[in-house]
Amino acid sequence: MSFLEAHHVSKSYGDVRALERFSVTIEKGEIVALLGPDGAGKTSFMRILCDLIDADADAEMSLKIDGVDVRKDFAKVKPLVGYMPQTFSLYPDLSIEENMTFYAGIYGFTGAAYRQKRDQMYAFSNLGPFAKRRAGALSGGMKQKLALSCALLHDPKLLILDEPTTGVDPLSRRQFWEMLLELRASGVTILVATPYMDEVERTDRAVCIFGGRKLTEASPKELARQFEGRIYYLPQSPSRELIERLDAIDGLEARRFGSGVHLYTDERTEITVFDGSLRNAGVDPAQIEPIEPSVEDRFIQLMEQETVQ
Amino acid sequence: MLGNIKHIARKEIYHILRDPRSLVIVFAMPVMMTFLYGFAVNLDIERITLAIIDYDQTPSSRALVDDFYNSTYFDRPDKEIDSWNPEEALKAQDAAGVLTIRHGFGEALERGDEFALGLMIDGSDNLLGAAVNAYSNGVLLKFLQDRLPPDFELPGITISQQVLYNPDLKSSHFFVPAIVAIILIMISALLTSVTIAREKETGTMEQLLVAPVLPREILIGKILPYIVIAFIDGMLVLLFAKLVFGVPIVGSLFVLAIFTMVYVATSLSIGILISSLVQTQQVAMMFALVTTLLPSIMLSGFIFPIKNMPTVLQVISHIVPARYFIDATRGILLKGTGFVLLLPQLGALLALMLVLLVVAGKKFKARIG
Repeated sequence: MSFLEAHHVSKSYGDVRALERFSVTIEKGEIVALLGPDGAGKTSFMRILCDLIDADADAEMSLKIDGVDVRKDFAKVKPLVGYMPQTFSLYPDLSIEENMTFYAGIYGFTGAAYRQKRDQMYAFSNLGPFAKRRAGALSGGMKQKLALSCALLHDPKLLILDEPTTGVDPLSRRQFWEMLLELRASGVTILVATPYMDEVERTDRAVCIFGGRKLTEASPKELARQFEGRIYYLPQSPSRELIERLDAIDGLEARRFGSGVHLYTDERTEITVFDGSLRNAGVDPAQIEPIEPSVEDRFIQLMEQETVQ
Repeated sequence: MLGNIKHIARKEIYHILRDPRSLVIVFAMPVMMTFLYGFAVNLDIERITLAIIDYDQTPSSRALVDDFYNSTYFDRPDKEIDSWNPEEALKAQDAAGVLTIRHGFGEALERGDEFALGLMIDGSDNLLGAAVNAYSNGVLLKFLQDRLPPDFELPGITISQQVLYNPDLKSSHFFVPAIVAIILIMISALLTSVTIAREKETGTMEQLLVAPVLPREILIGKILPYIVIAFIDGMLVLLFAKLVFGVPIVGSLFVLAIFTMVYVATSLSIGILISSLVQTQQVAMMFALVTTLLPSIMLSGFIFPIKNMPTVLQVISHIVPARYFIDATRGILLKGTGFVLLLPQLGALLALMLVLLVVAGKKFKARIG
């Protein structure tokens, strides 16, 4: 039995289908990324998982955490679950310490037991020196660390994190992920929604979701390998005009990628075939080099294939 | 259960203390409103401007004029009145009435002849007009009595009138308890109506609901701190009513305190019910105002006696908490009514509170959005 089992979860808001028979299973101790663009259904799924919103009725649907039916007995598994919503959901007018005392109290940690947990969290998050500061006055990164601390106070076995690093500076983001990897090492199961590919690469498995449906799931390496075609890198400033000129070449696709351009061809076609067209477009073919596809390349390809269908 | 209620209550106290501006409003507003309403709905009529035109100009007529203006009821007009055209004074609202003492008043008084004074009254404000008439007759009667020889008495039968409980018939004594009731229910409902709505609006509810806390623990934990605040508010307003309007407190302070406590708890429950139904603070405040203010003014017996209402409204008035509190406070403050006689009112308030809380608990969905 897997630690988390979700089958055929659907959710619609009026005519909009946010989730369509979405299924996912997570083993104990795994860290799984829920990868998808805004509006893909990540938040809806996590909220259903936390019994915050109701899924559409479906006889085939099932939703279990540690063998317990979430929709019937969520109260039973509440102590096992730590949840961090997408928007900061602690009390801005309370200090770091007061927020922690409150949530620890609700989970039954008071007195010495609480102080021990608190100090453990401070050591983990480095928030100790700011204990008296109001949560509303914290930076984005500190807010997220505090939210994670509050979600961890009761030693949950399953962490559900909804885009925990959106709007957080790169350094805090890295620190945050070091905290998550430490947690996984201690046996915590983690489901984390993220739009960032570099974060996905640090997980055990990525579940790609788009338009409420699961596109694929695989380890990040495998996912990149599933890329269909060849991929090349052009280290040239990706102006919109350049991308349009390159994309117009028949049999070649161009996408902006960071500070450069990624060029895609199909499996049987070498890039050298396009040398003439590339020169016409004002690009020196000698600059172009073949590269390994990344998770993002594959994910964008998946989304485009899905959109075409 | 108790533990979680305590944690929620403590958190709520932090919220209250961290927002000193709201706290000032919570304590200043009721006092200000009592002050404003207390004076605005004062139905006692004093210091009416009355113009007197004295054609007689005898010592007797001058004495009568002095009697009029020396009474607390009448004041001289600020402007000179045109004696040929006294009606203009009424039109211009320079005076509420014009008394004309024709020539021959002094003579008639000495001889004991019948004599009529002329009184012109502005009837457009019927209350004021009636007051001018009644007070003028009063002053005149007093004037005549003073001038009778000691062994004479005025002929005819007089009614000995005695007013109980509010001997001065001061309307403020009657109105202030009702005003206290309206202000308290409004403030209390407003206070709690936003508490849950705010958590929904700012998203903190999303985190709270995932934690092992029951809806009823949230509701009760949120009400408790506000009972203290609203109770202090109530006592403050009552103290203010006594100091400024001289409302007597004949009955027991303890019984008054119990009623205030139960009444604010009931009012806070209205706010909690609203809060558990709506999604935003603004809607919550609107609902709190609409559901408390109007019924408390119209259906509580504050202005319109309940027994004169159509049957439907009489039935509805039973679920208006202000009705019971006004009944009780008028009794306690003015008559010294004891606890036992007020048990039905206390029971009604407690029953209302219980129903409100149970419905709030049922309607409070542990769901977001």
